[in-house]
Amino acid sequence: MSDLRDLYQEVILDHSKRPRNFHAIADATRKAEGYNPLCGDRETVYLVLEGDRVRDVAFQGAGCAISTASASMMTESVKGKTRAEAEALFARFHELITGKNGEAKESGPELGKLEVFSGVREYPVRVKCATLPWHTLKAALDSEGAPAVVSTESEGPNAESGGA
Amino acid sequence: MSATTTTSTSTSTSTVAPEPRAARTYDVDAIRRDFPILSTRVYGKPLVYLDNAASAQKPMAVIEAEQKVYESLYANIHRGVHYLSVHATDAYDAARETARAFLNAESAHEIIFVRGTTEAVNLVAQTYGRQNVGAGDEVLITALEHHSNIVPWQLLCEEKGARLAVAPIDDSGALELGAFEKMLSPKTRIVSVAHLSNALGTILPVRRIVELAHARGIPVFVDGAQAAPRMPVDVRALDVDFYAFSSHKIYGPTGVGVLYGKTALLEAMPPYQGGGDMIRSVTFEKTTFNDLPYKFEAGTPNIAGGIAFGAALDYVNGLGLTAIAQHEHDLLAYATAALSEIAGLTIVGTAREKAGVLSFVLEGVHPHDIGTVLDREGIAIRTGHHCAQPVMDRFGLPATARASFGLYNTRGEVDALVAGIHKVIGMFR
Repeated sequence: MSDLRDLYQEVILDHSKRPRNFHAIADATRKAEGYNPLCGDRETVYLVLEGDRVRDVAFQGAGCAISTASASMMTESVKGKTRAEAEALFARFHELITGKNGEAKESGPELGKLEVFSGVREYPVRVKCATLPWHTLKAALDSEGAPAVVSTESEGPNAESGGA
Repeated sequence: MSATTTTSTSTSTSTVAPEPRAARTYDVDAIRRDFPILSTRVYGKPLVYLDNAASAQKPMAVIEAEQKVYESLYANIHRGVHYLSVHATDAYDAARETARAFLNAESAHEIIFVRGTTEAVNLVAQTYGRQNVGAGDEVLITALEHHSNIVPWQLLCEEKGARLAVAPIDDSGALELGAFEKMLSPKTRIVSVAHLSNALGTILPVRRIVELAHARGIPVFVDGAQAAPRMPVDVRALDVDFYAFSSHKIYGPTGVGVLYGKTALLEAMPPYQGGGDMIRSVTFEKTTFNDLPYKFEAGTPNIAGGIAFGAALDYVNGLGLTAIAQHEHDLLAYATAALSEIAGLTIVGTAREKAGVLSFVLEGVHPHDIGTVLDREGIAIRTGHHCAQPVMDRFGLPATARASFGLYNTRGEVDALVAGIHKVIGMFR
């Protein structure tokens, strides 16, 4: 049995209370809205892409501690990265929190401080909270001009956790 | 009220006898021993089950009743000449009679067995609704309805070009009765309201709603999913036209529920689904439909579940709905007072007439996080929109945390909830 502190680590609580890059970007080149209909969480991710590189990224919205901290730390992690690097990081992050090891573990990038989310794997119903910002980021990267909307429930049953 | 004093005829089928022990005094410790799951430990802590509005736990009497059907009573019903079929049919019919008495309906043929309240709403929308609602007409609901009392009417309105009208609620979560009355128009074909809000705990003034609607010749459907386990219901005293509730919320099995309808309305309605049991005769040219209630019960039903549902009603009758309502009222008042003392906690839904349900939000803490921390304390609550997103929108909230009480909950469990909320606050503030 895992302790609650494995989920709610100090770094996560800190980011949930004082999220970084928590604002809109007026001249964003891409943006997407993420929605988790099960808990009502909504987050908007703003991107400034320069060629293939994330020059700036920020978010706004209302969510639980896990999704807010995940969004906050995600923005710090992907700033300056290329699109391919950001997507590789998401794949690696996804493996970390679902406990499913795929190809990314062998070849993917270092997660660095995102490792604090490893406790989420003991809480399958919370996996979607942690991945909502990342799905939204991906939707923003994929959007061509028109703002995209992504839902945690849009990938069919058990798309994320198998346990939610 | 007869709903609380009826001695069910289903006991004569030797399925399950009511528990006479607890009928005199409300002995919650003894009652808890009837529910095996309540002794479960969760993460090493005693289970505190406060998610009864989502689904209630089952007493031994119900578990044994269902098991007994398969051990000694099982066959298909209404079609066999053999011993088991006759006895299974008797037991199933006895459960219907128990449900009739529970609601004080006039006749057992007014009791349609369905999968649950959701199916009951869909049945009425797709039969009565399709027959009587046309282009430009209106269906009137309220702003506190569960999705299951919104979406079936939306589907009907879309199909027919009708309009779904929604009567407002005030900031306490009470129905604005004056506005409701004004919204009853010559176009209104049916009114459909909850008896008790699952998200806010508001009790709606159903008797008054029915008077107002009937004065204009409009029938009323009542979603009793939350009310039936929590207060005596007499469909004839209320004079409702339709009333529905679910077995699983009243300590019975899942997959069973009741639709009550007045005979004249049910007889005039077309069938819901076609199949076996709902016909009298079939040729390729023409089918003659069966009498009530079978006209609405196509196919082999949930036989064991229906019989065990009867056992659940017997169990509840044994305690008495009035006594259960009093017990839950006491718990709700105790919990409301205790939670009101917590700084930064806001109770959502403060109508004067409430029962069973306590929704709240905590400043600076998302309900999801409240739910996870309480879970590790062994406390089961619901977090989210409670299948009532328009209610959440009305209060400008994405979600709430909800504790909901059952006949077996205790003040000690409310104390555990309060201690758990303090732990949440310690963690997130």
